[in-house]
Amino acid sequence: MTPAHTQEAHRTSMGLDSRKMAFWAFIGSECLLFGSLISTYLVYKGRSLTGPFPHEILNIPFTSFSTFDLLMSSLAMVLALAAVQRGDMKQGKLWLLVTALLGLVFLGGQFWEFSHFVHEGLGLTTNLFGSTFYVLTGTHGAHVTVGVIWLLTLWVQALRGKLGPANAMTVEITGLYWHFVDVVWIVIFTVVYLIQ
Amino acid sequence: MSEQAHATTGTYLRVAAILVMITLIEVGIFYVPTFQTVLVPVLLFLSAVKFTLVVMFYMHLKFDNRFFAFLFGGPLLLGVVVVVSLLFIFYGALRLRTGS
Repeated sequence: MTPAHTQEAHRTSMGLDSRKMAFWAFIGSECLLFGSLISTYLVYKGRSLTGPFPHEILNIPFTSFSTFDLLMSSLAMVLALAAVQRGDMKQGKLWLLVTALLGLVFLGGQFWEFSHFVHEGLGLTTNLFGSTFYVLTGTHGAHVTVGVIWLLTLWVQALRGKLGPANAMTVEITGLYWHFVDVVWIVIFTVVYLIQ
Repeated sequence: MSEQAHATTGTYLRVAAILVMITLIEVGIFYVPTFQTVLVPVLLFLSAVKFTLVVMFYMHLKFDNRFFAFLFGGPLLLGVVVVVSLLFIFYGALRLRTGS
């Protein structure tokens, strides 16, 4: 099928792309998943009987850098999509790679943070803070990991010449996922790190 | 509205600058003792602004069909209601138990 036919095959009766519609519904369901994890964290906030406690262990300057990193990755993602949509695949490949690398930097930071916390005595079963903190931020980290693998897959496809303006919707859907991971971190950064 | 009309590169860069500035303000007020009394509402407001900017401009909800906003906004609203309700239920039960 030609690209035009491919696009037409994905149209719903509302004239919208069915893949994009399904992905927005998926993101909606993810809101409920993270809503439940955030409420669990908040409900048990301040209920730990033994330390380490959040104010003793959370490193705000370091996490602020991670937040900046993820915000910049979102910027790189929209620039990648804009480049692919206008057919500038050189820029498209560059920004896709930059997005994935910024995601890897975030994951490296999270790995360092978790290792540091374990070294400081905060494990998954140490106290209520440890359990709720690791489950919430770990689930987010798992989402970032999936996003990085997805971005690198797209980058390899672009290198092999299999990604272009005709399938820009694939990049747009990847972008939706990546930006959602970013907005979840915006909430986590405020609720977990800044409001102690 | 069309699904395809998106923002320009200039808009993306301006949004990124605003997001970075808000993050700096968030971290700044976290360390200022004067703001401790209003810290929670201010941080929640700033976080909501950042959330909205990313969703509207980077996820293109401002330019896309409104049905996508419904698909996202409905569950998001439900999620917020669940979070707030659980907090009320939990802290309400705790108050009843302690009698305060």
